[in-house]
Amino acid sequence: MTYKIVASQCTSCSACEAECPNVAISEKNGTFVINPKKCTECIGYFDVPQCVAVCPVDNTCVIDNSYPRYQPSA
Amino acid sequence: MDDSRSFDTYEAEPASPQLDDIMQKIAEHKGCGTSGGSGKASCGSGAGSGDMPQEIWDKVKNHPCYSEEAHHHYARMHVAVAPACNIQCNYCNRKYDCANESRPGVVSEKLSPEQAAKKVLAVASAIPQMTVLGIAGPGDPLANPGKTFKTFELISEAAPDIKLCLSTNGLALPDHVETIKKFNVDHVTITINMTDPDIGAEIYPWVFWKHKRVTGKEAAKILTDRQLQGLEMLTANGILCKVNSVMIPGVNDDHLVTVNREVKSRGAFLHNIMPLISSPEHGTVFGLNGQRGPSAQELKALQDSCEGEMNMMRHCRQCRADAVGLLGEDRSAEFTTDKIMEMEVNYDLSARQAYQEKVEEERQAKVAARNAELETLAGANADIKILVAVATKGSGRINEHFGHATEFQVYELSSSGAKFVGHRRVDLYCQGGYGEDDALETVIRAINDCHAVFVAKIGHCPKDDLIKAGIDPVDQYAYEFIEQSAISYFKDYLARVSSGEIAHVARGDADIRQGAFVAVDA
Ligand code: SF4
Ligand code: SF4
Ligand code: SF4
Repeated sequence: MTYKIVASQCTSCSACEAECPNVAISEKNGTFVINPKKCTECIGYFDVPQCVAVCPVDNTCVIDNSYPRYQPSA
Repeated sequence: MDDSRSFDTYEAEPASPQLDDIMQKIAEHKGCGTSGGSGKASCGSGAGSGDMPQEIWDKVKNHPCYSEEAHHHYARMHVAVAPACNIQCNYCNRKYDCANESRPGVVSEKLSPEQAAKKVLAVASAIPQMTVLGIAGPGDPLANPGKTFKTFELISEAAPDIKLCLSTNGLALPDHVETIKKFNVDHVTITINMTDPDIGAEIYPWVFWKHKRVTGKEAAKILTDRQLQGLEMLTANGILCKVNSVMIPGVNDDHLVTVNREVKSRGAFLHNIMPLISSPEHGTVFGLNGQRGPSAQELKALQDSCEGEMNMMRHCRQCRADAVGLLGEDRSAEFTTDKIMEMEVNYDLSARQAYQEKVEEERQAKVAARNAELETLAGANADIKILVAVATKGSGRINEHFGHATEFQVYELSSSGAKFVGHRRVDLYCQGGYGEDDALETVIRAINDCHAVFVAKIGHCPKDDLIKAGIDPVDQYAYEFIEQSAISYFKDYLARVSSGEIAHVARGDADIRQGAFVAVDA
């Protein structure tokens, strides 16, 4: 799995972008998106997903079930 | 976009207990206001240096936000480069602007540092009185340190005469004091609404701290510790600090007297207590759960009760993160990104300086006229105080038509002179050339605590309605200086009272207009 951003809720405040340890978040046409290939659910960095913790709108950064759970390699 | 121009009223309660408490504190205080420690009342927010140290006065005297007197003559602008925030406030809905420095309801146009620098040059070329550039969100500038400091760097290179200032919620402040010094930031404003974590927990649902979301009292404790630490560090480094507090009736109103003491003891030089803005349509937690904002007189009473301890700022307009122009004026619509990118920028430092010298002359003339008029008040009846509202476009003169005013400036007149005590935003009375009765009603509610309203010009209908409401419409001082005229009016008022021509009666309370202030396209 990975996290995704519910575009209709996003305020485009960019708070998540700066916090993501994997630089997985970027702005596309005025709204923010998570690159599922880069997101590690913050595993290996922090106890909680940073995008979820910093986002001012609840339920905007959510689990994307269409991807398999992230597996830390090593 | 929420451009609601409705006027929210709340049920006026018969003298709430909090208000009584405040009143009592004032009574105990005695020295507050213009009597007793009078010099204090005017410094920082008044006409002269008062008892403010000379070096501080030199720094603030041309800063429209820090000197009440300067705000008639100088303009400021904010650039919205900082959208991210690291805390959540119950008076904020991040779908709109930051409610602490910005009026909610209008989304500011976000700029890159490069766009912001271009905008500053374009505005400074068009508005020679523009002396101050602030970064105040729409989120927290220090949660966006890269963008904030890059903007300062670009502007200090291109327009070295412009003073830089910054507003912050304070959470990240201690980490950035060195950088603030490095960029020669003149002034910092910290929003401090509490020093008691129990109260803080009612205002802040969470803070983002050390990679975690922290809630409740723990969050408030972290925030207040960081704010006070940051304040101490800045003042120890000689950087001027103003503290903003949002007055939330029933939550922190009594407590703000303590906050005032705490921030003063840490070297803050000015305290700005602002009314909560909480219309339900802004979608904030406070707006949705019916938390009301203070009335005009509740706000004034709290400001008065803190005044004996420290300078109070009373001309704050809770400006948007992209505000442009004199305080109380919104010219941001003239400087949208599209427009500034097309503008030819001709930044002429010497032309700006020449203009500002003219402004200085006018300002000196105004002070001299005020002082001369003040002398004639000596020995006047010391007990009577009245409020008057003034329609002005700046320059310290009564130079606006009643129907064109989007706000009135309120002065308290007493035997010690005319003291600025606040401003009241109103709906435009004159829309498309004719007056609207509904709008007039809201104007009267906004200045209902005033005995008179000074205007450059006024039509017959509103004149009659104002008289009926007990407010004297005065146009005989059109285009004259505000304070000089007000003192002259007050002398005349006292004369009429003592001759028995009129009886002095106290007036009621007034409403603070809620909602978004947006540029009115001409
Ligand atoms: S969960 Fe962590 S890694 Fe994934 S996008 Fe959010 S912040 Fe980045
Ligand atoms: S923090 Fe939330 S609202 Fe802000 S840009 Fe990221 S997803 Fe959007
Ligand atoms: S500090 Fe400003 S932007 Fe951040 S939550 Fe509070 S009011 Fe909103």
